Amino acid sequence: MKMTVNGREVDVPENVRTVRDLLDHFNLNKDLAIVELNQSILDKTTRDDQKLTNGDRIEIVQFVGGG
Amino acid sequence: MLKIGPYSFESRLLLGTGKFPDFDVQKAAVEASQTEILTFAVRRMNIFEPNQPNFLEKIEAKKYTLLPNTAGAKTAEEAVRIARLAKASGLCDMIKVEVIGCDKTLLPDPVETLRASEMLLEEGFIVLPYTSDDVLLAKRLEDLGCHAIMPGASPIGTGLGIVNPLNIHYIIEQANVPVIVDAGIGTPSDAAKAMELGADGVLLNTAVSGAQNPVQMAEAMKYAVLAGRSGFEAGRIPKKLHANASSPLEGMSVL
Repeated sequence: MKMTVNGREVDVPENVRTVRDLLDHFNLNKDLAIVELNQSILDKTTRDDQKLTNGDRIEIVQFVGGG
Repeated sequence: MLKIGPYSFESRLLLGTGKFPDFDVQKAAVEASQTEILTFAVRRMNIFEPNQPNFLEKIEAKKYTLLPNTAGAKTAEEAVRIARLAKASGLCDMIKVEVIGCDKTLLPDPVETLRASEMLLEEGFIVLPYTSDDVLLAKRLEDLGCHAIMPGASPIGTGLGIVNPLNIHYIIEQANVPVIVDAGIGTPSDAAKAMELGADGVLLNTAVSGAQNPVQMAEAMKYAVLAGRSGFEAGRIPKKLHANASSPLEGMSVL
């Protein structure tokens, strides 16, 4: 399945079907990750089972050091 | 006690988390500062290098109130998007509105800052706008309902201290919400000066993270803010043009 994650086009395996799968696929810290799917910010408490589809645009952000 | 919206804090020092030499020094500096509020930026995760450590994992995040900023935004709409992402972390509902209008001076865009603040207030955020030291703009931000006003002492990261203390004084004098002097602080005396002027708090980052000894500077800033505040509350003497002896003029029999 092809999607755009953080501005990069990526091709993920077929077993990546949900937001949880995607975060696991990239080995990202789920506590820190904030996910936006097709410009809609996902609720952290309910997002894990959100289905992904071909062509989705996803942003995964986190808090980093800043003033 | 510093009160911002529904929150109360013992410490009047807010600390940024950028540009520290490493996480161990940063953690020690945060502890030495005794701050209760830490600022953060919101940025993309690196999906191809996932195992880079994050400062939030190094500290007991629950001990602190997190104040994410909208740094990177150049328009109100971009600031609102970053603020919404920050809130979706589930870690905070305060936002430092930071809409930079000039890459060279990093001065905030007043129109976009005002617009972003208005939009975020409507969405229920606790809004703390980083603003210039413009007195009327500070008033307009307060009139919108902002929970604190954060005028810059001087441009971000310059360490020039308070370049226009008169404006900071006017902003503090007119405000009915907390005024937190943000950006440009270079030394403990700058922080103390801000507090002596009557600021409710000071937000700084580079002054500590860029110091030769960040941990020691963090502690110095803690004392500076405490001393400045205490001096403000104690009430300074009026300035006079001519001398006025401290020692008594009577009983000088030795002469």
